[in-house]
Amino acid sequence: MVEHLHSDGEEPCVTLDAFLSQSNATAVRLEPDEDARALIPYLDRLKLIEVAFPKFRDGRGYSSARILREAGYAGELRAQGDVLVDQIAYMKRCGFDSFAPEKPLNPADVEAALTRWPDHYQTAADKAVPIWKLRHG
Amino acid sequence: MYQYDEYDQAMVDARVAEFADQVRRRLAGEITEDQFKPLRLMNGLYLQLHAYMLRVAVPYGTLSSRQMRMLAHIARKYDRDYGHFTTRQNLQYNWIKLEDAPAILADLASVEMHAIQTSGNCIRNISSDQWASAAADEITDPRPWAELLRQWSSFHPEFSYLPRKFKIAVIAAEEDRAAMRLHDIGIQIVEKDGQHGAAVYVGGGMGRTPMIAPLIKDFVPLEDLLSYLEACLRVYNRYGRRDNIYKARIKILIHELGADEYRRQVEEEFVHVKSLGIDPPRAEFDRIAALFAPPALDVSAPDEIDRGDPDFAVWVDSQVAAHKVPGHAIVNISLKPVGGIPGDASSAQIDLMADLAETYSHDELRVTHAQNIVLPHVRKADLYAIWQQLDAAGLATPNLDLISDIIACPGLDYCSLANARSIPVAQKIATRFADLDRQKELGELKLKISGCINACGHHHAGHIGILGVDRKGTENYQLLLGGSGAEDVSLGTITGPGFDEDGVVDAIERVTDKYLAERTEGERFVDTFRRVGMAPFKEAIYG
Ligand code: HEM
Ligand code: SF4
Repeated sequence: MVEHLHSDGEEPCVTLDAFLSQSNATAVRLEPDEDARALIPYLDRLKLIEVAFPKFRDGRGYSSARILREAGYAGELRAQGDVLVDQIAYMKRCGFDSFAPEKPLNPADVEAALTRWPDHYQTAADKAVPIWKLRHG
Repeated sequence: MYQYDEYDQAMVDARVAEFADQVRRRLAGEITEDQFKPLRLMNGLYLQLHAYMLRVAVPYGTLSSRQMRMLAHIARKYDRDYGHFTTRQNLQYNWIKLEDAPAILADLASVEMHAIQTSGNCIRNISSDQWASAAADEITDPRPWAELLRQWSSFHPEFSYLPRKFKIAVIAAEEDRAAMRLHDIGIQIVEKDGQHGAAVYVGGGMGRTPMIAPLIKDFVPLEDLLSYLEACLRVYNRYGRRDNIYKARIKILIHELGADEYRRQVEEEFVHVKSLGIDPPRAEFDRIAALFAPPALDVSAPDEIDRGDPDFAVWVDSQVAAHKVPGHAIVNISLKPVGGIPGDASSAQIDLMADLAETYSHDELRVTHAQNIVLPHVRKADLYAIWQQLDAAGLATPNLDLISDIIACPGLDYCSLANARSIPVAQKIATRFADLDRQKELGELKLKISGCINACGHHHAGHIGILGVDRKGTENYQLLLGGSGAEDVSLGTITGPGFDEDGVVDAIERVTDKYLAERTEGERFVDTFRRVGMAPFKEAIYG
């Protein structure tokens, strides 16, 4: 499930450059061309990483999200920007757990999108058991 | 061949439901065309010059008769009674209504078919050798590997918004019948220390900057394959260019980084990805491979063919290839009748080919990247009966790999990106060279036509290639010589200034005359070209 469609009253995100030079921020924003691995040394004190999707066609943020989850990041991972209902299920599989779409989404459509797929072929950053494992136990 | 289990079926059914919902929201005006476009593209639906075009996936080019009949049914019910087999071993319908698309996808799903990821910037349908499991020269059937990749790449959450489309081909023979190294990733199954593994080539492609894929890794064991490919794709997804659509294919990334630096990055990512446990166990590969078990063929079936009927003998010599099992043969059905549209087949013809497969070829058909159809497992004793039925249906043209066996893209007759028409040029060339003796005299000559620089018709890989360009508002054709999409892969070179439609046909005739004058005994056109170079041909064309 989507934990937050958007959150209020939280610490604003700083840019990656600002974060790397100012050590006490707990929320950071990652642009598509920024290297998610630069954050790996700091994951345990980050509460929020916001990954920007300026255009939904730009899929770099999916890799950023998986890299962060694969490195053990357990805080909030938010997709922000041109986030559409038709991408949300893939985003969730890549490890996003919150969404801040520029244009509000219809909650019923979100619910339908997130419950549509019975299973998944591949392992990703969510907890889903891949189909090959279901087949072979 | 592969059969869906309940998991595969549920995935495809969910996709049909999802797309039906997306179409409903589009028709109701809830989403804009701009938002709908990537969604319909991921379901194979293009908006073309006159109508929607639907591209149906034929994974690794393999079809059962039941699936083939469904293709005929859809052509009859929703299109204009024909379908078009493409260079990606797929089938396209050219006259589809958006409202009908969900029903068509539901019909396809009922026979374990779909249009998933046949377009869009995702991993596309995986192509393979059309003679898989029948070819005498293969080391194993490549299709279980391709099916493993089909499942891994279907609805891949990380790689559905890549910089650009991504095409993978898998072969397992030394002879390359799938243009493997002209794909974003080309895989050749090879043997090392008694084990099969993948030689991985990355960064090939056609389009406006054609490139032949370099070898990135000589042997990836089955156990590591998905991790390795995931690493290849992740490096591309992160660093492939997104600023310019013409520079967004992986070939440009590898060209700019260099193969060595790309390999280094992939190897580094691979070490990480391999620790994630994403590779299925061998049992999953074995499960898939068991479904591709070759049909039980009678090894004592008679090996002689009664060549009494001379027309039949001509067809046998041209269209029948050696099968690995004695007494059997591979039948290549030409979809290139002289004057016809390359790759088109009517519903009735599609049904007939399905019937022939059911009766004579253990229920299997294949689509080839040269836009023909294959019956892979036929008894030699049945060839005459098959030929008679094909002949009656206009499907017995004996021109495999001859100059009239032309690959042509849809071109300006259908395609919104086209600069020039492809189909009429193909028809004129086939008509000019209609005399079969003349074609046979010219021997193997692969002619490929694209209606614009995107190269859907593989013109770079043609022994003779034709590229349609726009010259001050009129259709103009450039001629290329010396390309190949086979194991002797090479890219063609432009001869010089272009021609109008009749001019290009004349130029080809001058090229073939020159070849006949220059060739040595047994030399194919492309070999002569490689030996003597462009100069004599240029001289012949332009004087
Ligand atoms: C009619 C609508 C079509 C459109 C709009 C279209 C569009 C394109 C575009 C834009 C490219 C260039 C991609 C690039 O360089 O990045 C391309 C390449 C290609 N298309 Fe098409 N195409 C169409 C039909 C077809 C058909 C019918 C086939 C199969 C017969 C096909 C097969 C290919 C192939 C094999 C390539 C070259 C692959 C490569 O660049 O590596 N396309 N297409
Ligand atoms: S090569 Fe050009 S004209 Fe031909 S189908 Fe592709 S995009 Fe259209």
